[in-house]
Amino acid sequence: MKQLLVFIRKEFLQVFRDRKTLLMLFGLPIAQIVLFGFALSTEIKDSKIVVVDYAKDETSTQIITKIAGSRYFDVQQSLQSTAQLEAAFKKGIIKMAVVFPANFSKDLLHTNHATIQIIADASDPNTATTITNYITNIINTYNVQLANAAGQPLQIVPEVQMLYNPELKGAPNFVPGVMALVLMLVCTMMTSVTIVKEKELGTMEILLVSPFKPIYIIFSKLVPNLIISIVNLFIILILSSVFLDLQVKGSLLLLVFATTLFIVTSLSVGLLLSIGAKTQQAAMTSSLMGMMLPTMLLTGFLFPIENMPWLLQVLANLVPSRWFFIIVKRVMLEGLGFAAVWKEILILVAMCAFLLTISLRSFKIRLQ
Amino acid sequence: MRPVIKTDKLTKRFGAFVAANELTFEVEKGEIFGFLGANGAGKTTAMRMLCGLLMPSSGKATIAGFDVYTQTDQIKRRIGYMSQKFSLYDDLTVTENIRFYGGIYGMEIKEIKAKTLELLAELQLEKEAKTLVRDLPLGWKQKLAFSVSLVHSPDIVFLDEPTGGVDPVTRRQFWDLIYHAADKGVTVFVTTHYMDEAEYCNRVSIMVDGVIAALDSPAKLKKKYGYDNIEDVFYELARKAKRSE
Repeated sequence: MKQLLVFIRKEFLQVFRDRKTLLMLFGLPIAQIVLFGFALSTEIKDSKIVVVDYAKDETSTQIITKIAGSRYFDVQQSLQSTAQLEAAFKKGIIKMAVVFPANFSKDLLHTNHATIQIIADASDPNTATTITNYITNIINTYNVQLANAAGQPLQIVPEVQMLYNPELKGAPNFVPGVMALVLMLVCTMMTSVTIVKEKELGTMEILLVSPFKPIYIIFSKLVPNLIISIVNLFIILILSSVFLDLQVKGSLLLLVFATTLFIVTSLSVGLLLSIGAKTQQAAMTSSLMGMMLPTMLLTGFLFPIENMPWLLQVLANLVPSRWFFIIVKRVMLEGLGFAAVWKEILILVAMCAFLLTISLRSFKIRLQ
Repeated sequence: MRPVIKTDKLTKRFGAFVAANELTFEVEKGEIFGFLGANGAGKTTAMRMLCGLLMPSSGKATIAGFDVYTQTDQIKRRIGYMSQKFSLYDDLTVTENIRFYGGIYGMEIKEIKAKTLELLAELQLEKEAKTLVRDLPLGWKQKLAFSVSLVHSPDIVFLDEPTGGVDPVTRRQFWDLIYHAADKGVTVFVTTHYMDEAEYCNRVSIMVDGVIAALDSPAKLKKKYGYDNIEDVFYELARKAKRSE
């Protein structure tokens, strides 16, 4: 145990002495989050919209006034019919259309229930989501006022329709994506490089001749990386909370647990790569090429996996970050609990166990 | 006196290839034992078997009385090792390296601290205690690596071509360190390419094609083969080698 601590201490000394690695370790997540964050967090003001008011009654006029009064929207014109919408969107100036049906007020008063149709240009998915959220908020606020005034629950339901990109892929998914990418990269690369470094320096032989057990060598290499990666996780979470106003909706504990699982999986991948690599350069390249590309492409945060050819879909199932990404999305963004992610967690556990076992085994064979 | 290293027909095969064939020899306590051979003659394989890095295919061997098959843990505690590759962490300081290697052998902090001062004084490196190893000249690194391999006071130290790439003056100083260690009773098992170094050993064995072709003191070997120096003896024997690298 004492020997182990000596070793872990040495690992930390080496990590903290290497400025470049340190910069990469902590700079990467910060840069990613800030970069993505500023690209996405900017408020969208004065979006140009059109209104089609078939109702032309008191309620619809009131809502239109509210929308026009908000700083988010700039009501360009009122159209006579939805037939003109297509042309308006095609010009590319209009971002959204709000359509009031003919019987709007009547429905509301008789059935306590009315709908407004909201059609957004989703070719830019980020903008589309953001502005539909804005308008839904305005309508909801109006709902509350209306209900209070009438003394009975009246409900106006905004029916949102996304044009051109109904699935809105890729919008707020990037934080889980960045988490998967950064952790995968850091863990895999760090581990494979530090182990290969010992081989390259010749210190590995000395360690093997010493009574220090090979399994301890691996363990001492993994512990600092695990700790650093968990620190990284919290950096990412704090940054996304501060810059992006994106808090963890679900259980933090569950998120940390899933992340630790993912980290250990990535560390095992690093271990596996280190066995094949002879130089630090090779280890670095193989982790970059071998891990970064599949993680970027097959995790699902840049490109939807469902749209890929079946071969890639099958391959994507083998990428650990794909499952981790789903877990983080559900826990962090949707606030779901263990029941919603146990399958993905089970898959990660299996992958982790498998990778760890074969890497430990092949590590031993090499040393024999 | 019981020999510190004792082997009996120690053999290592890799498939059909016999890297080390029936090696039988003994090394006494405090002896400096030179292990000579061309590249690929089987020196490193032999040494690795003795260090517990490689499992022998057949034959017997004991190190400090412990069996290489079953008692590798006890053996590892009693041996030091310095490889041909330079084997210190160059991003750690001199003191940190000593502390690390002492630590993984399970030495107490107090003990390590005392040993560190002793080592630094012996190597006259007191001023460089906090210098990163990468900033030291190669000769100093090599001497430091040797001292570090002795930090846990082993019975035997294995040196695998320890003086590669070092200038003659430093090599001389390095051998002073070896003598100093041997005087204190440490057995030194050293492989080398430099024939002048072979002359410094108490006994040398010359390996050719995986077998020990000759084994005796340098003086007796020279007499037996009728040459003035070990270099000629070595060439005479090595010329018979059939296998190359």
